[in-house]
Amino acid sequence: MSRMDDVDRALVNALQDGLPVARRPFDAVADRLGIGVDELLARLQRLLDRRMLSRFGPMYNAERMGGCVSLCAMGVDAERLDAVAELVNAHPEVAHNYEREHALNLWFVLATETPERHAQVLAEIERESGCRVHDMPREQEYFIGLRLAV
Amino acid sequence: MELSDTDRALIAAVQEGLPLVPQPYAEVAAALGTSEPDVLARMARLQEQGLIKRLGVVVRHRALGYRANAMVVWDVPDDAVEDTGKRLAAEPCVTLCYQRPRRLPDWPYNLFCMIHGLTRESVLQRLQTLVETQGLQGVRHEVLFSIRAFKQCGARYATTRKQEDYRGVAHG
Repeated sequence: MSRMDDVDRALVNALQDGLPVARRPFDAVADRLGIGVDELLARLQRLLDRRMLSRFGPMYNAERMGGCVSLCAMGVDAERLDAVAELVNAHPEVAHNYEREHALNLWFVLATETPERHAQVLAEIERESGCRVHDMPREQEYFIGLRLAV
Repeated sequence: MELSDTDRALIAAVQEGLPLVPQPYAEVAAALGTSEPDVLARMARLQEQGLIKRLGVVVRHRALGYRANAMVVWDVPDDAVEDTGKRLAAEPCVTLCYQRPRRLPDWPYNLFCMIHGLTRESVLQRLQTLVETQGLQGVRHEVLFSIRAFKQCGARYATTRKQEDYRGVAHG
């Protein structure tokens, strides 16, 4: 459970909106929060160390870089789910992988450098698991700004 | 999109996160053997070109206590999907909203959004409010709660070395 104080919360909310590319990118947020840059950086480091935030940095647009990202779904028999999840995870191109409540019960994000590699990994996973993989690339993102208010 | 070797080195240098110092780009520049203004210009260009969407944090929902994570999927008529997507994305409880292809007959849904909450009840309550306020009662939808996270790491993209490493993007 979260052990963040009000300043931590304000910091996370501010950083979710993104920082400008600038020589001193943290100054404006620190000013807004009424703390020094050193304190801001110490708090940010602590949140990362406690793994409440996964990283601070650029969010890339994989498709623009020539890469390929899709959400993939498989329907796996319950008794084989752990084993199939493990063989899916063994591919370094797999980012998130979740069990979800549905006939399609295994959902993972596949991110590859090229479309060719994408098709190759999908085929490998289908062959290794014996299960059909439904590949659902993003066709459109509706984005208003990330704000899970914490 | 053609990237120079220096751009690729820069992307590789910052993909695990920016150095947490007051002038992070000066540190990145030193590591790459270039100048701070050069790194800033390259970063600005990558952002203009849309390769970098933004600089920010990725929140680990579970670590923050948001244990209920629902993927809500909708079967929206094709001519209404953009309008519905924009309206869903504007709802405060929706963190991500994507249009994806249907995979018939197994999968009839073409609009995906994520709703996080402290409990399943709170997620379902938010969803019900959303359905009512947005007038989506007639749109077929399903809620897929996550049961287990088998893997949770940043997606990796292209790199100076083939087939490895580029971190970023909150979700596919």
